Amino acid sequence: MRVRLDHVTKRFGSFTAVEDFNATLEDGELVCLLGPSGCGKSTLLNMLSGILPLTEGKIWFDKDDVTKVPPEKRGVGLVFQNYALYPHLTVQDNICFPLETQRVPKKDRIEQAQEIAKLVHVDMLMHRRPGELSGGQQQRVAIARALIKNPRLLLLDEPLSNLDARLRLEMREEIRRIQQRTKVTAVFVTHDQEEALAISDRIILMKNGITQQNDLPQALYDNPANQFVASFLGNPPINYIPGRMQDGAFLADGAAEPIRMPIFHGVPDGKKVVLAVRSEAFTTEENGPIPAEVSRVYTMGKEEMAWLQIGDIEFRAYIDNEEGLVPGKQIRLNVRRRGVFVFDPESGERLA
Amino acid sequence: MRHVYRFFIYLFLTVMGLIMFLPFLWMFLSAFKTSAEVTASPPVWIPSSFSLINFQLAFEKAPFLRYFINSVVVMISSVLVTTVTSILAAFAFSRLRFPGRQTLFSMLLSMMMIPFEMLIITNYTTVIDLGIYDTIWALILPFTSSIFYTYILKNFFDTVPESLYWSARIDGASNWHYLWRVMVPMARPSLTTVILLNALASWNSFMWPMYVIIKDTNRTLPWGLQVFTTEAGSNPEQQMAASTVVVLPMIILFLFARKYIVGGVARGGLKG
Ligand SMILES: Nc1ncnc2c1ncn2[C@@H]1O[C@H](COP(=O)(O)OP(=O)(O)OP(=O)(O)O)[C@@H](O)[C@H]1O
Ligand SMILES: [Mg+2]
Repeated sequence: MRVRLDHVTKRFGSFTAVEDFNATLEDGELVCLLGPSGCGKSTLLNMLSGILPLTEGKIWFDKDDVTKVPPEKRGVGLVFQNYALYPHLTVQDNICFPLETQRVPKKDRIEQAQEIAKLVHVDMLMHRRPGELSGGQQQRVAIARALIKNPRLLLLDEPLSNLDARLRLEMREEIRRIQQRTKVTAVFVTHDQEEALAISDRIILMKNGITQQNDLPQALYDNPANQFVASFLGNPPINYIPGRMQDGAFLADGAAEPIRMPIFHGVPDGKKVVLAVRSEAFTTEENGPIPAEVSRVYTMGKEEMAWLQIGDIEFRAYIDNEEGLVPGKQIRLNVRRRGVFVFDPESGERLA
Repeated sequence: MRHVYRFFIYLFLTVMGLIMFLPFLWMFLSAFKTSAEVTASPPVWIPSSFSLINFQLAFEKAPFLRYFINSVVVMISSVLVTTVTSILAAFAFSRLRFPGRQTLFSMLLSMMMIPFEMLIITNYTTVIDLGIYDTIWALILPFTSSIFYTYILKNFFDTVPESLYWSARIDGASNWHYLWRVMVPMARPSLTTVILLNALASWNSFMWPMYVIIKDTNRTLPWGLQVFTTEAGSNPEQQMAASTVVVLPMIILFLFARKYIVGGVARGGLKG
């Protein structure tokens, strides 16, 4: 099913939790809602499921305006952050619950539950209660319960946040697999950029209720719309070098040599800017324009991750280096084209 | 030092326990005594035989079986109806959103301060106006709702995470379905408490039946017992037998369910 959010706004009193949100989720797509805590992700999900009424705007499921449709009539499946399993019911009864409200005969219910339980690998646990399951098993039961009614839209609110690191990794692959198998349109909420990059077809990055960028995962990383997006994605985080533009080149504060790159065309001369460089976009170069001092080095296989000092700013870089870096060594750096951006230091706007 | 302290605590509790228990034991044993044994001085504790003759005599003098049936009927109906109305009210106050919800609940809570004795006169006139004076309905109708039990249940319902409710709604459940399929089964411990407390209160209720019931065959056990004791004043052993019949069911019930009663009241009182 295709979902369209049209100028969706949610206010709590005078506080705006989601502002003028516009997006289309294509049929069968898995879209991640990504953003820091409190940016309005759950609020948005709750509006999609019908738990919260909209202050303004409309939500369309295919050709139907569902803005005013109550939750029980929307045909969505929702996996809550805390799973919200019924503690007094067995796994089987939990999974059957949505069919029970539809008055599906008992025999059919159990059959379907068995089928869906197989899909999420909980078919051996049908007669346990939620309290007797591990976090990962509970989560899968919650997903099974959301899937059994063949939802038109599957919503997952930070379903992995209660799990340990290994289980998270495993579960996100599993969610991806199940989503691709069932071809259900899905929205996955997370504040973990790595998780978002790993499983989504598309990412919508939000901040303070406002969409920052709605794009393919790789595009978000390679082509951030503003400084916030650049900061939010990437591990280690992107590095910032303050400076200004001079004769069409970037001159870092305190540096002698300007950096010249074709991408700088069009950034006005004399403007204070900040150069953002991904850790992997640095190269060592004999007469490179950026002088730096090595302060610490971590070896990570063929690459070295170095903490470097430029003036008094410390930053991290992956450097492919044959000579071997040692702390205290003076080196000269240049940057590759890919992974370098110019932002306005005040507004965070992307200049190049 | 700690051990000595503990020893005295336990000693104190044991003595107090015995003091509480002795009258019941005396009643129970006396129910089997002969009339000479029961008035003997110095007192005789153990009856010479455990014959049921006193019970038989008491049952011949007054329709205790009738009282017993009345008590059971009143108890079951009032417990059943009160439980249902309390569940519905607690759900409304805990989950549904309507204007004046908080105010209304505070008002109800403040009404718990009014002792029942103060309401007796108004309830009495109401019962007369309804034309149910001196019928078993007069014992049931005034006890079909309870603020206190509503309060206990609401406190439990408040602890159920909101996400369970929304999850059920999204899965197609109406408020009604959610209440009976999810809330009520989850509230079983609190419900047990409410039912037991209510049963106990109904069973032991004395003053109200005394005001509104005249006919012998409409009496419940405590009121019937009172009349019987005044009439059978010269036969304490028969009084004791009748008292045993009144008290024993509740003692047995309490023994089986005391952990629910204590637990539920403690739980219900935690929040709010
Ligand atoms: N019922 C409410 N009344 C007032 N403010 C609210 C309400 N619900 C949410 N908010 C506010 O709206 C903002 C967005 O909340 P939301 O729960 O959507 O954040 P989130 O992105 O899901 O965060 P998290 O990652 O921590 O779950 C927050 O600042 C929150 O305080
Ligand atoms: Mg949230």
